[in-house]
Amino acid sequence: MPLLEVKSLECRRDDRLLFEDLCFSLSDGEVLQIEGANGSGKTSLLRILCGLRQAESGDVCWQGQRLQEAREDYYARMVYIGHLPCIKGDLSVAENIRALLDTRSQAVSVDVIEQSLARVGLNGFDDVPGKALSSGQRRRILLAFILLAKAKLWILDEPLTALDVSGVALVEAMILQHRATGGSVIFTTHHGMALDGGMRSVALGGASAHKQTSQTRSTTELC
Amino acid sequence: MLTAFYHLLLRDLRLALRSPHELANPLIFFVLVVSLFPLAVSPTPDALRQMAPGVIWVSALLSVLLSLDRLFKQDYEDGSLDQLMLSPNPLMILVLAKVFAHWLLTGLPLVLIAPLLGLFMSVPNHALPALIFSLLLGTPVLSLIGAIGVSLTVAVNRGGVLLSLIVLPLYIPILIFGANAVDVAMDGMRVSGQLLFLGAVLALALSLAPLATAVALRITAAR
Amino acid sequence: MWHWIQRFSSPKHFYVISAKLIPWFAVPTALLMIVGLYQGLFVAPPDYQQGESYRIMFVHVPAAWMSLFIYVVMAVSAGIGLIWQIKLADMVAVASAPIGASFTFLALVTGSLWGKPMWGTYWVWDARLTSELILLFLYFGYMALQSAIEDQRTADKASGLLAIVGVVNIPIIHYSVVWWNTLHQGATVTKFAKPSIDIHMLIPLLLMALAFQLFYFAVILVRTRNEVLYRERNRRWVRELIEQL
Repeated sequence: MPLLEVKSLECRRDDRLLFEDLCFSLSDGEVLQIEGANGSGKTSLLRILCGLRQAESGDVCWQGQRLQEAREDYYARMVYIGHLPCIKGDLSVAENIRALLDTRSQAVSVDVIEQSLARVGLNGFDDVPGKALSSGQRRRILLAFILLAKAKLWILDEPLTALDVSGVALVEAMILQHRATGGSVIFTTHHGMALDGGMRSVALGGASAHKQTSQTRSTTELC
Repeated sequence: MLTAFYHLLLRDLRLALRSPHELANPLIFFVLVVSLFPLAVSPTPDALRQMAPGVIWVSALLSVLLSLDRLFKQDYEDGSLDQLMLSPNPLMILVLAKVFAHWLLTGLPLVLIAPLLGLFMSVPNHALPALIFSLLLGTPVLSLIGAIGVSLTVAVNRGGVLLSLIVLPLYIPILIFGANAVDVAMDGMRVSGQLLFLGAVLALALSLAPLATAVALRITAAR
Repeated sequence: MWHWIQRFSSPKHFYVISAKLIPWFAVPTALLMIVGLYQGLFVAPPDYQQGESYRIMFVHVPAAWMSLFIYVVMAVSAGIGLIWQIKLADMVAVASAPIGASFTFLALVTGSLWGKPMWGTYWVWDARLTSELILLFLYFGYMALQSAIEDQRTADKASGLLAIVGVVNIPIIHYSVVWWNTLHQGATVTKFAKPSIDIHMLIPLLLMALAFQLFYFAVILVRTRNEVLYRERNRRWVRELIEQL
C-alpha cells in the first residue's frame, strides 16, 4: 500500500483550472518533486495534500484511508513547511521550536534542541529572540523543527528559499538521510536540487481556464 | 490534548507579556472611552449614575472588539495558524486555549478595573458586585463570539470595520443583560436572573463557539 | 434519491427547470396581491381604535414574517452548501440575502409609518422594530462578508457559516430585546400584539402573506438563475447559450 495516494485531483482558483485528473502515489523512502511554473498550482497542491485546502474533486489517501478520516494519525506523522516563517519575533529560538513542537504534542529536552540547532548551523542561537534573525536563519529554524518532528512524511514548499549554498547542501543532506531511514518527502523548488540516487517528479502546468485539457504528467506513472 | 491546550495557552500569555504596551492598550481605551461621557453629557452624579451601566458596558464591548485582532492576526500572518491546523489535536481545543488566553489578557483586566470606573461614574458601592460579576460572565462570551468573527475576517484586507459589522449585532444580548444587571442592582433589587442568563449564554457559547471558530479557520485556510 | 438531488442541483439543470417554474409563481403572486390589497384596503372594516391607518399592517406584517423566513432559508441553504458541497445551495443563500434585507427594510419603513399616527413619531424603540433593525444589521453583515472575500468558494462558505451563527443567535437576540422592551416601556400597549383579529382582516392578511411568499419564490428563482449564469460564465453551456442570442 502506498504511503500517500492522490486520486484524480482537480483544483481551481478563481474559476481558473490549475490541474485536473492528477494522480500519483508515494511509497516509503521515496522523494517526489512537484515541478511547474509560477502559478501552476504547486502551493495549492501541497496545501491540498495537507488537508488545508479542499480540492474541487478527487481524493487524497493516507495509507489507504481518506485524509478526512485519517486526520489525527496523518497529522501526527507528517510535517509541512510553507512559505511563511512561523517564527514569533518575541520568542527565543528555543521557544519558537518548542511552540511548533507543542502543537504536535511533542516534548523535547534542551539538549536535543541544541543538537538540532547545531545541525542546521545555528549553534548557540537558542536564546536569541526571533526578531533578531535573518530570513535565512528563520528558514533554518524550520529545518531544525523538521528534524525534531520525527515525521514519516515531509511536505516542503520551497524549502530552499532564502538559504545560502551551505543551507541548500544541508537540505539535500537532510532529505537524503530521511530517505535512507525510510522516510518520504514531497517538495517544490525553483532552485536546482541534486540528490544522489535520483527522485521522481510530477509536472503541473499548461492548463488554462478555457482549455479543458491538462498537461499534468508524471514522469513515472499516469492514470 | 490537555497538554497541547496548556502549552498554547502559555505561549500566547508569554508572547503578550513580552510586549506589555500592547497589553495595556485595550485597558487604557476602556478607561478613556468611559471618561469621555462625563465630558460629553454631564458630570452631575445623578446623570452619571443613570447612564453608568450602559456606558461601562458599551465601552467594554468596544474595547474587546478592538483587541480581537490579536487573537489570530499574527498567527495568520506568520503561518503559525497553518501549523495549528496541522496539529493532531482537535482544533477546537486549540481554539479554546487561544480564546482563553485572549480573555485572560483583555477581558479579565476590564473586570478588575471596572470598580474604578464605577467610581468615575458614581455607581453606588452596593451595585459594584453586580458590575463585576456581569462583566466576569459576559466578557468571555465577547471573546468567544468575537473569535468566530476574526477567524472569518482575518484573511480580508482592512477587515476591521467588517469585523465590527459582523460581531456587534451578536453582542446585543450580552449588552442588554449585562447593563441591566448593573441597573437593577443600583435600585437595590436582586440580579440573579440576569446573571443566570449571562451564565447560560456563556455555557452555550463555550460549547458552540469553538466549533464554529474551528470551522471558520479551516474555511479561511482553504483560500 | 441522492443521484436525483445531484442531478437537479447541477446549475445547468436548474437553469432549464427554473425557467419553466417562474411563471407558476409570478402569476399567482400578481393575482393574490391584487385580491389581497383590494380586500385589505377596501373590504376589511376600519379598526375601532386606529381607524384607517392600521391598513398598512397588510404590508408590514407579511414583510416582517418574510424577513425572518428568508434569513432561515438562507441559513439552511448555506448549511446544505457547507456540509454537502452543493453549489446551488450556496447560490440560493447568496441570492436570498438582498431580498431578505429588502423585506426587512420594508418592514422597518412601514412600521415607522404606522407608528406616526400611533405614537406621534416615526421611531420608537419598540421591541418588534428593534428586532427588525438588528435583523437588518445581520443581513448587512452577511452581505458585507460575502462581498469582501474575493475567492467565491471561500466567500460562500465564510458567509454561510456566519448565517448559521446568526440563525442560532436570532432567538436569543429576539427574546433579549422583547425582555428589554417590557422592562423599559412597562405597560405601554404595543399595537402589534393583537389578542384577536377580525376574520375580515385576517383573510387579506393571509392572502398578502401568501402573495409575499410566492413573490419570494419567483424572485429567488430569477436571482439564482442570474447567479448561475454569472458564476458559470466560462463554462461551455453558458457560452453556447450566449451565442444563441
